[in-house]
Amino acid sequence: MGRFIVRRSLSAIALLLATSFLVFSFFELIPNYNPARAIAGRSANQTTVNQVAKKFDLDKPFYVQYANTMKLIFTGQVIDYQNDLNVVDQFRQRFPVTFSLVVPAAIIWLVVALLLGSISALRVGRLTDRAVMVGAIIGVSVPIFLLAALLLYLFAYKWAVFPNTGYTHFGDSPTQWAYHLILPWISIAVLSIGFYSRVLRSNLLDTVNQDYVRTARAKGLSQRKVFRTYVLRNSLMPIVTLFGLDFALLLGGAALVTETVFNLPGIGQYEASAIGNLDVPPILVGAIFTAFFVVVFGAIVDVLYAMLDPRVRLTG
Amino acid sequence: MAERLLDVDGLQVSFVTEDGVVRAVDGVSFTLDRGEVVAIVGESGSGKSVTAMTLMGLTRGPNSRFGGSARLRDRELVTATEDELQRIRGEEIAMIFQDPISSLSPVHRIGDQIVEQIRAHEKISKAAALDRTVQLMERVGIPRAAERARAYPHEFSGGMRQRAMIAMALSLSPSVLIADEPTTALDVTIQAQILEEIRQLSRESDSGVIFVTHDLGVVADIADRVVVMYSGRVVEQGTLNEIFYDPQHPYTWGLLGSVTRMDREPPHRLPAIPGQPPSLVNAPTGCHFRPRCPHAFDKCGEVPPLESHVSESEDHLDRCWLDVSEKRQRREVEDGRIGLGQGPVAA
Amino acid sequence: MAFDPVSRSGDPDAAPDGATLTHLDSGDSLLHAEPPPLDAWSEGRHAPAVGPWRLAGRRLRRNKVALAFLGLFIVLVAMCLLAPVYANRVAQIGPNTNNVTGTVNVRGHSENVVSLDGVPIGPTWTRHYFFGADTNGRDLAVRLLYGGRTSLLIGGVATLIIIIFGTLVGLVSGYLRGPVDGVLRWLMELVWSFPPVILGVVVGTALAFGGIGPIKGNSIWIPTIIIGGIYVPYLGKPIRGEVLRLREHDFVDAARVVGIPPWRIMMSEILPNAASTITVFVPIMLANAILLESYLSFLGAGVQAPNASWGTLISDGLPYISTTPSFSLIPGAMLVLTVLSINIVGDGVRDALDPRAQVRIKT
Repeated sequence: MGRFIVRRSLSAIALLLATSFLVFSFFELIPNYNPARAIAGRSANQTTVNQVAKKFDLDKPFYVQYANTMKLIFTGQVIDYQNDLNVVDQFRQRFPVTFSLVVPAAIIWLVVALLLGSISALRVGRLTDRAVMVGAIIGVSVPIFLLAALLLYLFAYKWAVFPNTGYTHFGDSPTQWAYHLILPWISIAVLSIGFYSRVLRSNLLDTVNQDYVRTARAKGLSQRKVFRTYVLRNSLMPIVTLFGLDFALLLGGAALVTETVFNLPGIGQYEASAIGNLDVPPILVGAIFTAFFVVVFGAIVDVLYAMLDPRVRLTG
Repeated sequence: MAERLLDVDGLQVSFVTEDGVVRAVDGVSFTLDRGEVVAIVGESGSGKSVTAMTLMGLTRGPNSRFGGSARLRDRELVTATEDELQRIRGEEIAMIFQDPISSLSPVHRIGDQIVEQIRAHEKISKAAALDRTVQLMERVGIPRAAERARAYPHEFSGGMRQRAMIAMALSLSPSVLIADEPTTALDVTIQAQILEEIRQLSRESDSGVIFVTHDLGVVADIADRVVVMYSGRVVEQGTLNEIFYDPQHPYTWGLLGSVTRMDREPPHRLPAIPGQPPSLVNAPTGCHFRPRCPHAFDKCGEVPPLESHVSESEDHLDRCWLDVSEKRQRREVEDGRIGLGQGPVAA
Repeated sequence: MAFDPVSRSGDPDAAPDGATLTHLDSGDSLLHAEPPPLDAWSEGRHAPAVGPWRLAGRRLRRNKVALAFLGLFIVLVAMCLLAPVYANRVAQIGPNTNNVTGTVNVRGHSENVVSLDGVPIGPTWTRHYFFGADTNGRDLAVRLLYGGRTSLLIGGVATLIIIIFGTLVGLVSGYLRGPVDGVLRWLMELVWSFPPVILGVVVGTALAFGGIGPIKGNSIWIPTIIIGGIYVPYLGKPIRGEVLRLREHDFVDAARVVGIPPWRIMMSEILPNAASTITVFVPIMLANAILLESYLSFLGAGVQAPNASWGTLISDGLPYISTTPSFSLIPGAMLVLTVLSINIVGDGVRDALDPRAQVRIKT
């Protein structure tokens, strides 16, 4: 296990560096793009543009820029182009919001998807199954921003059950915190529930036709036992992998659409505006931040897999 | 008189599929007594596996339809409730499957899988169940059993896996053991060992064995009585000697004729039964074997009943309209060998 | 239930009806999901051999739901493609024509397209302003159809890109292995690792800026290429896996031994066998492409002004969600219906090609 951790940590660092380098390089390659001018504004004169360039080292060679930017990131001093804010501070402030959005939504969607997928498979072909599958397929056909818009219209305006947008910190008022987040949670969860319940159902139906399930029944085990011990466990493994990646990406700010529509001051919202302005430092930090989570959760998933399936051995 | 364990009478199993109704088992009857080994022989699609699995209720589903009866001593299996079946499975009827690598859960230890079977039916502690498991594994010839009980199926060789399955099946001393082609996936040397194992163990525990196979060599090795199935029906049944030395049905002749024998000269070509087994959705009317039978005549348009035609043995049944004397003539192909034959012998 | 077919006179070959054979159902149907393997059951059918495609087609044709939604999809596509016809003949107004001060004749009354306090007219359900107008007096129905045209065009061409390049990359990578595989695989992993929306928005914003090469920044081909490029690995990786499996088969060795050149083997031996996998992916990729385009356009990184797509229409309507939800919800409904239809048809195609993926119940 120790070796596993060491090897993983090393490859993680390599991955983070590679990601940051790639992202940074990408912005160098944009055709017809002069970042200094973009920041200074269309109407700025050349002196202003030069000042801006100097301020952000935009006149230095590529590798110097990269090295400097990385140094600034890891000393927590990097600032963004558009608003002169300290990026790392912004991330630190905004992370609790994203966390509040993502974690409960993930728990909801995981529990519901497992339930629905199982029920659907257990009642395969019958009305329950068809109903759930119809719901699931609609769920994956609706873009999150549209669902958010619909929910806002119905529950925040027409029926005024929930507040329309904005965020309340948990510390200030737990009820308000939840109140503001329910619609966003639903927006994120619906798509994932649709997707994961379909995947689980499909896995369950495949597993149930396996020979060892037949043997388990032939042993005289109760249906419940067979399902729990043999069918479910084997069907869950692919879901664990998918979930690990999804969750990591969301923590890193992939929920930017939801945050934007509901005006939640999370990491996603910050990244979205940065991307819209081609503001490199926040994008860079965001990429590294996300990559970090991907690596951590990737390792957790691998450990879980090794625990669940003895045929898998932990490799670096 | 040995106790009658199983009495299958007119068993019918059909499956409703989008291509039509598949009549997999179409009126199968046979019996099993304590201490005997009954082999069910047939090719793929004959319904032999479905018959075996139906005895344990493993073919039940939204698409399956049943008829007829299968009595385990005095209990009816075809209409038993799922709860009743659950109790019977493992405890009174146990099954060994064909492919041990896929029939055992890859993520659970072998010992645990056997322990689980025991504890599902008997209230004993895990430790006690584990003890019994190790004993069983030793009995079936798995060396270092205590150690190996903690191993996973993929860490066993094919033969050892099958022995483990046998151990698991016998763990509750069932009165009926069903073996569904247990040696098909193994190589020949291991096959002999496993057969010996099964024979010995069933003798020791005085259980009845139903042995499903397509391999006549295996049948000759292990069976006391033989049930020959074709296209969902029993076409012949009798003792081992009766089937091998006085077969009454052309299909049986074909099966026997296609087997190479060490005590004879090898033929130029290994005779195969021409044609294909019929579709079970659109079965031919009358005798199912008619399209492939060189001896078919007009009466064969009617389904022949399963009856005894051989006067000396009232338990030797077959489904063929031909006269016994005709049969004995037609099945002689060359120098005393039995085979499918060409048809009516020239006068 | 005691019923002995052996001694029954009459027709022993009549199909069993529900009355004579008992049906046993034991609660949870999951654990008996499939009858035992059918092996020879469909063999001696005494009917001409039916290839897997013909079989799949037959199965698909039996799937009434999938067929219905296929019909719906075709109708939606036709409507959007005929947008210019609708604009010219029916509504008699273009998608970008402002008409703030105009009036329209609705069932005899003359009404302002945009009222004096700036509120645009709601759905008239007539040929002019069927779904109403926006704050600039533009005909929403016309914009809806033109927007759909754009969305479908981008989605369709992107899917074409995905299919062609995904298959190519998968084939070449999986068959040739070696350094080529190494590079392609690395590239695919790289693109695949980024969430499509984020990658799309970054690249989309970047390229919308100054365009790329001869393509201008606001051309619809930019989101098309981006979406196509992003999803190539989503097809390329599975195809590569399939090719890796296929190349181990004897028929490939046989072809190699005879001296057939690699590209020929790829095209005529391997590709046809991977065809069913590719076919299953087509609707999936199409649905994803259309959805991704809507996300990108919504966020401003996809279709740029003056072009419109369903995504931009939804985005434009969002500020008015409390007063006039139809601005966003009608294009939204079209989008969902389209994607839903594709998904349902896609499920149907998958089930038709791989019967084990679904338990078929016949009452």
